[in-house]
Amino acid sequence: MSTFLLLTITGLGLGAMYFLIASGLSLIYGLMGVLNFAHGVFITVTAYTLWFVESKIGDVPVLPRFLIAALAGLVVGTVFAALTELVLIRPLYGRHIEQVLVTVGLALAVTALVTAIWGSDARVVTAPAWVGQTTTIFGAHIPNDRWLEIATAVIVLFALEAFLRRTRYGLIVRAGVENRAMVTALGIDVRKAFTLVFAIGGLAAGIAAVLYTLYSTTVDPQQGTSLVIFAFIVVVIGGLGSIRGTAWAAVMVGLVQQYANYYASSGLGDLSVVLLLGIVLIARPRGLSGSFA
Amino acid sequence: MPLLCVHDLHVYLGESHILQGISFDVAEGGVTALLGRNGVGKTTTLRALLGLVDRRGTIELAGDNIEHIATHKIVQRGVGYVPEDRDVFSALTVDENLRLAERDTEPRYDLVYDLFPELRERGKQAAGTLSGGQQQMLAIGRALLNDNQVLLVDEPTKGLAPLLVTEVALVLERVSELATVLLVEQNLGVVNRVARDAVVLDTGRVVHIGPAKELLADKPMVQRMLGVG
Repeated sequence: MSTFLLLTITGLGLGAMYFLIASGLSLIYGLMGVLNFAHGVFITVTAYTLWFVESKIGDVPVLPRFLIAALAGLVVGTVFAALTELVLIRPLYGRHIEQVLVTVGLALAVTALVTAIWGSDARVVTAPAWVGQTTTIFGAHIPNDRWLEIATAVIVLFALEAFLRRTRYGLIVRAGVENRAMVTALGIDVRKAFTLVFAIGGLAAGIAAVLYTLYSTTVDPQQGTSLVIFAFIVVVIGGLGSIRGTAWAAVMVGLVQQYANYYASSGLGDLSVVLLLGIVLIARPRGLSGSFA
Repeated sequence: MPLLCVHDLHVYLGESHILQGISFDVAEGGVTALLGRNGVGKTTTLRALLGLVDRRGTIELAGDNIEHIATHKIVQRGVGYVPEDRDVFSALTVDENLRLAERDTEPRYDLVYDLFPELRERGKQAAGTLSGGQQQMLAIGRALLNDNQVLLVDEPTKGLAPLLVTEVALVLERVSELATVLLVEQNLGVVNRVARDAVVLDTGRVVHIGPAKELLADKPMVQRMLGVG
């Protein structure tokens, strides 16, 4: 029972991080039709900014030091995401092949640049002590970072839902996911929504980067890329452009990965996720939410 | 002076030369019907005026060239659009569809609800669950919410029951008192009822311009140009 509970909470924590990354990817593709292969870069930029700032602040207690560094990372990651849209994506609207190439190029270039400057070895970040401790529930010792991951993802989910349902820009994004040209034909400059969605995607991915750093207490040049692969699978399973679909898919992927790794064989988790993707696409080609993959 | 002047307008879609240098004017006030058989470029003309497709040529709205202006800025100059397939946002409610279309500081909800009371009653309903006729009301209501100079209306009676066709014709008559209307329409009964002028297209070219009633009274010409009658 305690093992199952630990696996479930860990799976939900992993799903929470996938959701944070995939929500931005899903909105970006749903609204703009852009397959953003550079999404992992937003994670890398946030994580390395966090590490850099954290390592430069001296004589400050661990918690405020980490919070300041995390905030700096989120700001830089969000601005980087908005600039990516403005500088690289905007001139290439409607040219999907070029957009894919430029995002792949950016992902490779940033990873190479980070590796060239700071090396390929993981860099250690000092996380607040509470995060590394455990809370015992029904005999299961649950690492505290899992609760933080789940709670943060739930807050982000509600915040995104509130943005999409209660603000004018949210309305524009929801309409734009359905018919971008018609939004323009109503006199709305949809490009502003594009930049905003990229910034939101960058921020959500950055939050995932902060949480992953708390979990692993390290940053490395490849972590963005590896997380984004599963986030893409979550987006396809959830249905493009759907936040709720993405949330359900992230939970499914996180749990399946954990259960398969423990109950089947270590390493089968990733394969199980790919099988899950195949089953969902056969049963529901439009993903859980009904949007076309 | 005409409100809308189109001169030598060309549109290519892929290899196809859809509009082959069309020119026509739309006088201020009333309804100008854009007629022609299926596939001659009527819908493409409306989309080209809005900049929704790449085009070449001159388009003047109230004396200003708009051919190099982005679609949203053309619309902000007072151009309303009712697309052929309604294109309401199906996942949004009726209220949200209308709210999205708000441009003016005082959107004309009174006018919209006066013309289409059902839109008020169904405000919380998802637009995708409306009937075809109700979706058409929403598409027209969306365009009427703002004080536009010109309305581009594309086949508003397409697929509607005869009773609704009459209702749409009545609405078009009322709308034409508020704004200039460029109307693409296949139902010649509706055209005869509401249109003052007619522009006829054939294979991407303008083949006739004149008063609508004169054209429709000339059965052989209607048969030759529109294939009906």
